[in-house]
Amino acid sequence: MAEQPAIMSLAEAGAKSEAKSEVDVPEQGAAQQPQEEMPPTVVVDDVHLIYRVHGAAAGKGSATSALSRLALRKKAAGITEVHAVRGVSFVAYKGQAIGLIGRNGSGKSTILRCIAGLLPPTTGKIYSDGQPSLLGVNAAMMNDLTGERNIILGCLAMGMTQREADDKYDDIATFSGLNNYNGKDFLRLPMRTYSSGMASRLRFSIAAARTHDVLMIDEALATGDRDFQLKSEARIRRLREEAGTVFLVSHSMKSIRDTCDRVIWLDQGVIKMDGPTTEVVDAYEGK
Amino acid sequence: MANSVQADTLSPQGTSAPPGSSEPLADLAARYKLTVSGARPGLFAYSGQLWARRHFIVAFANAKTRATYSTAKLGQVWQVLTPLMNAAVYYLIFGYLVQTKEGIDNYVAFLVTGVFVFTFTQSAVLAGSRAISDQLNLIRALHFPRACLPISFTIVQLQQLLFSMVVLCAIVLGTGEPLTLKWLLVVPALVLQFVFNVGLSLVLARIGAVLVDIKQLLPFVLRTWLYLSGVFYSLDSYTDKAPGWVARVLEANPGAVYIEVIRDSLIDSHHTLPLHVWGYAVGWALVMGIGGYVYFWKAEERYGSG
Repeated sequence: MAEQPAIMSLAEAGAKSEAKSEVDVPEQGAAQQPQEEMPPTVVVDDVHLIYRVHGAAAGKGSATSALSRLALRKKAAGITEVHAVRGVSFVAYKGQAIGLIGRNGSGKSTILRCIAGLLPPTTGKIYSDGQPSLLGVNAAMMNDLTGERNIILGCLAMGMTQREADDKYDDIATFSGLNNYNGKDFLRLPMRTYSSGMASRLRFSIAAARTHDVLMIDEALATGDRDFQLKSEARIRRLREEAGTVFLVSHSMKSIRDTCDRVIWLDQGVIKMDGPTTEVVDAYEGK
Repeated sequence: MANSVQADTLSPQGTSAPPGSSEPLADLAARYKLTVSGARPGLFAYSGQLWARRHFIVAFANAKTRATYSTAKLGQVWQVLTPLMNAAVYYLIFGYLVQTKEGIDNYVAFLVTGVFVFTFTQSAVLAGSRAISDQLNLIRALHFPRACLPISFTIVQLQQLLFSMVVLCAIVLGTGEPLTLKWLLVVPALVLQFVFNVGLSLVLARIGAVLVDIKQLLPFVLRTWLYLSGVFYSLDSYTDKAPGWVARVLEANPGAVYIEVIRDSLIDSHHTLPLHVWGYAVGWALVMGIGGYVYFWKAEERYGSG
C-alpha cells in the first residue's frame, strides 16, 4: 500500500506518546470498577441503516425526465439504496473513550448520527442515557453572526439559562483562543470570516463547555492546529473522567491512540474488530 | 501497559453482540433505564423543553434580525424604510393609476393597513417553509426542540411588523383619523395574528423540511391569497353580486379577518365590523396555533435527516 510509510510514522509517534503517558495513568487503570458495576451509556442493538438516494440514476434536474417520471408514475426508477450500516451491535460503558476507525464510507459517521438520534435507523434500536451530542465537522453554527453571538446562542440552544451562558462565556472564549488570535479579537467578527480550523475550534469549545452524558466527535479536531489538538485531547480526557462516554471518529491513529481506550473498526457497515486500542489499531495498520 | 490492562477488563463485554452473555441487549438497556435515542418526547414534555429554551428563541430572533441588516449601510433603518417604500409603491399603483377606491373613505390608511398586516402573515409563511431546511447545520449540531426555529422566525417577522405599525400609526393619524380608545384593540388583534402565524409557519416548516418544491410553489399560493384577502379593495363591493356563500367564505378567510380587525381598530371612518369577525380571529388563532404545533411535533425526530 502506498500510504503505509505515513501510517507507520504516525503509529510510531503514537507509541511514543503512549509510553510517556503510561507514567501518570496507572492508578486510573487500577481504580477501574469491576465490570458488573459499569453502567452502560449507549446500547446499539442490531442497527441497519439504508439510505434511499433519490434521482441517482435519472437526473431529477432534467425537466423531461422529471415529467416522464410523473407521467408514467415510475416511482422507483431513480431510487438507489445504499446499505450503509449492516447489523451493528455494541455496548458502550460509562467512562470509556471509544475510537471509531475504518475507511471512508465504512459507516462511522452514519452510526454516530444514529446514536445522536438525528437519523432514525431503518431497523434495530439504539438506547442511550440522556441525550447524546454529536459534534461534526460540517456542523456550522450561524455564519453571518459574530463568534460572540454564536457562543451565547450555542449555550442557550444546549439548554443553559442566560446567566449560565454568560458565566461560561469567558471560559469558552479563552479555550478557543479566538479572543486574541494573532493579536486580533476574532470573536467580534462574523464567523464567515473564520478559517475552517478557527471555526472548528469555536465549535469544539462551545460543545465542550457543558458536560455531556455522551459526546461524539466526528473529525472535528482534524482541522485544528497542533496546539489546539493537544488542548482538546486533554479536554476530551477530562470530559471522560466527568463520567461521560466519548466517541471519536478520526483517521489520525495518533489521536485515537492518545485519547481512546477502546476502538471499534468498521468495514463496509459491519464491525470488523472491537477491543483495546493497541490491538485494534495495530491490526488496522496491518502490523 | 496501563492502557491495555484497563482495556482488557473491558473486552469481554466490549466485543459486538456478546455471544457469552445471555441477556438480550434490549433487556440490558431496560435494566439501566436507557431510553431510545432520538425518540420524540410526549407533547407535554416537549412543551416543557420548548419553554426552557425561551431565551434561545428570543436570542436567535434578535441575532437573525441583526444579521439581516448587518451588511447594509443604513442598517436597521431599513426596518422602517422598507414598509414606507412598500406603502408608497402600492399607493402609486392602486390609489393613483388603478381606480379601486369606490366606497372607501380613507383609501391610503385602508391600503397601508392591509399591506402591512398581510405582509406579516406572508413573510411568516415564507420564513417558516425554510426554517428547518435552511438550518440543517444547526439542527445537526445541537439538540433543542426544533419548534424553536419556526417560532423564532415568526418573532423576527413580528419585530418587523412592530416597526411597520409605527409607520402605519403615523400614516393613519396623518390622513385625518382621530386617536381613539379603540386603538388598544390592536394589541389583542396582533397577539391573535401572531399565534395564527406561528401555527401556519410550523405547518409549512414540516412540509418544507421534506418537500423542497414547496418553496417554488408558495409565492403563487401567497399571491392568490393576497388578492382574495381584500388588501387593495373592499371585498364587499365584489361579493354583492356573488352568491351568499362566497361572501361568507371570503369573510372567514383568515387573511381578511386579521386585516379587517386591525382596520376596524385603527381607522375610525372604516365601516363598523360585525362582532363575529373577532370570533373568527380567535378561532383561527386557536385552530392554527394548536393544530400547527401538534402537526410539527409529530415529526420532531425526523427533522435532522433532511
